[in-house]
Amino acid sequence: MTTRRDFLKNVALGLTGMALPLSAFEIIDPLKLMAKESLDKAQVRWVFLVDTYKCTGCGMCVSACKNENEIPYDANVTRTWVERYVVTKDGSVFIDSPKGARDGFTTAKIDLLADGFKEIRKEDIEKAFFVPKLCNQCDNPPCVQVCPVGATYQTPDGVVLVDRKWCIGCGYCIMSCPYGVRFFHPVLHVAEKCNFCYHRITQGMKTACVDACPFGARRIGNIKDQNDPVTKIILTERVGVLKEEYGTKPQVFYRGLSKEVK
Amino acid sequence: MPQWRVVIMKNHAVRPLLVIICIVVLILLVRIVYVPKDFGIGPAGYMYGLHREGNEAEWKAFKVKYQGRELCKDCHAKNYALNMSSPHRIIQCEDCHGPAVDHPDKPANLVIDKSRALCLRCHFSLPYPSSGRSVIKGIDPDAHNPGIECAACHNPHKPMEGLR
Repeated sequence: MTTRRDFLKNVALGLTGMALPLSAFEIIDPLKLMAKESLDKAQVRWVFLVDTYKCTGCGMCVSACKNENEIPYDANVTRTWVERYVVTKDGSVFIDSPKGARDGFTTAKIDLLADGFKEIRKEDIEKAFFVPKLCNQCDNPPCVQVCPVGATYQTPDGVVLVDRKWCIGCGYCIMSCPYGVRFFHPVLHVAEKCNFCYHRITQGMKTACVDACPFGARRIGNIKDQNDPVTKIILTERVGVLKEEYGTKPQVFYRGLSKEVK
Repeated sequence: MPQWRVVIMKNHAVRPLLVIICIVVLILLVRIVYVPKDFGIGPAGYMYGLHREGNEAEWKAFKVKYQGRELCKDCHAKNYALNMSSPHRIIQCEDCHGPAVDHPDKPANLVIDKSRALCLRCHFSLPYPSSGRSVIKGIDPDAHNPGIECAACHNPHKPMEGLR
């Protein structure tokens, strides 16, 4: 027979037991669920503008980036790279980026990797141009969604950073990026990517690649500032983004994109 | 002995349950110790904001290497002025001289890249339509004085003046 005393004891014990694991979980805060709105009120949102008409494929941006961000110079990984597109009159498209264009493009031969080098005659070229690539600092970054430990995240000013101490090196983010901008740091063994030189832009400097570009093909700006020259170009001129269909809302804008560029 | 305790002891499911509860409590205790105090949901919300707040400051404190030409112009006024009067004024000093870092303290001397390959990054002739590259005066390195450093004839700060 259960006495009243035993019943109360059992209830108290049971409630305590259930409350213990519950206390480990955070109660969901509706304000934090609506966080995207609070980000909209931020004063700074970094964006990038690439002008493919101006780019000459010198690759100064790539070597400067590697030096600035301590990416092993001779390892075949880089935070930013430049692609060469050569479209011939018969409709073929040839794309190469030897060493990520760290040393520029100092030959007319297209590096087709295992297929050797392809020499294209000047008369056969329909159009040819260079496209610099870097992290798109997406508004909806898939790399952040898939991180199982919270080692990669979006800052209030829109830049996606990697916490080198917290990253476990699982590689999910590297697989999830539709733009292929992420790689393993060969020395630190953590995920690595362009962060718009966060240490420079947060103290009023431009990124290393923007400073290194002699032709003004790369520019960085704050899209929240209506008077920013980069913002004005993005808002008033014809600019495109890469892989818009993925819904990632990339924030690197391109002048002079072509359908061959993916 | 109160009756409820007798009931629990007799239940064969209770002992493994107790073990599981102990493991859960242990994991939660380890979590309290292991997870940093500043780890939490940032302003970007649950989906994009889960992070260790101290990491933002760690990235901001990353060492700047490229200082820009403003650092160079007072001590190297002559070369700076010459460069600014030439078409090469669009090229940052550090593109050829390397990152200044803490120059003149450390390194005391910068290593200048005088290779032909550096000049060819822009001046290898690639007549690509609608690309800025086609506008630059280019050469064929196999025909134009092969084997000689460009700087042997051209002053890189103002290349077409006073050819040697």
